[in-house]
Amino acid sequence: MSRRVLSGIMVVVSGALFGFGLALSTMIKPEVVLDFLRFTDFGLLLVLGGAVTVALLAYQMAPRLLKRALLNENFAQRPTATLKTTLIGSALFGVGWGICGVCPGPAIAGLGAGNWPLAIVVVAMLLGAYVQGRFARVN
Amino acid sequence: MDVWSTLFPAGMAHYVMGGLLIGSGVSVLFIFTGRVGGMSGVFSAVWSYVSRVPYFQQAQFTATRRWRLLYALGLIIGAAVWLLLNRAETVTTQIPWWQLAVGGFIGGYGARLGNGCTSGHGICGLASLNWYSVLAVLVFLATAIVTAHIVSALGGA
Repeated sequence: MSRRVLSGIMVVVSGALFGFGLALSTMIKPEVVLDFLRFTDFGLLLVLGGAVTVALLAYQMAPRLLKRALLNENFAQRPTATLKTTLIGSALFGVGWGICGVCPGPAIAGLGAGNWPLAIVVVAMLLGAYVQGRFARVN
Repeated sequence: MDVWSTLFPAGMAHYVMGGLLIGSGVSVLFIFTGRVGGMSGVFSAVWSYVSRVPYFQQAQFTATRRWRLLYALGLIIGAAVWLLLNRAETVTTQIPWWQLAVGGFIGGYGARLGNGCTSGHGICGLASLNWYSVLAVLVFLATAIVTAHIVSALGGA
């Protein structure tokens, strides 16, 4: 099997673990997310805490133990943005999240579990991302 | 009622298990391919297939769109597998369509402007010990909590 195919398979597998986790933790139900934002069920913090704990181990240990990723690619860093756009963008993201109770992962995963109205969110997010890119400055 | 059932009326185990699985997905992606798996990037990357707008033709999108789409496909497959294994009823959200549309648009715009969402900044950024991401998480949690309370006070779902 070529490395490209194997890499593609591992990407799908990681996405599937992610999507299964989102469904199991009921994060694909906007109602549960809004319950957290309104302080009636703090479960979202357990989801975030559990996910960060595992990812923290991988992100901190892997580059120390391995020269390169197992499929022979360099370990990437998250791309950097300026502090100003990070803060303004995050503030707006929170407003949108607070209105609908859906963020990008659950919007996509929800479709796999048959929560069809989330397709509205996916389309709306695509349009939001288009407007952002259309008017962004490119260096 | 004790404090735990007050904080977590739906129980805790499924939240913790789900979180650990989400973290495992992000970790498998990183360990095998070296990639940082936030979710909002795919919403910009797919435009690189159809739009000539210079922003979308940058390498950060053209070089990542293939794996980002596969990652999103995996997300759908994973949730579908969960549905099959549990023989669960499909859940249909009762949130009004206008809230989904307006919230999705603003959230999509903001996540791309701020270069990350709950998975990009919240999981990957925090796990990278990136201080911008710590700030981003505090900011979007704050604005989301305030917004959700306002929507609720105005009679929204």
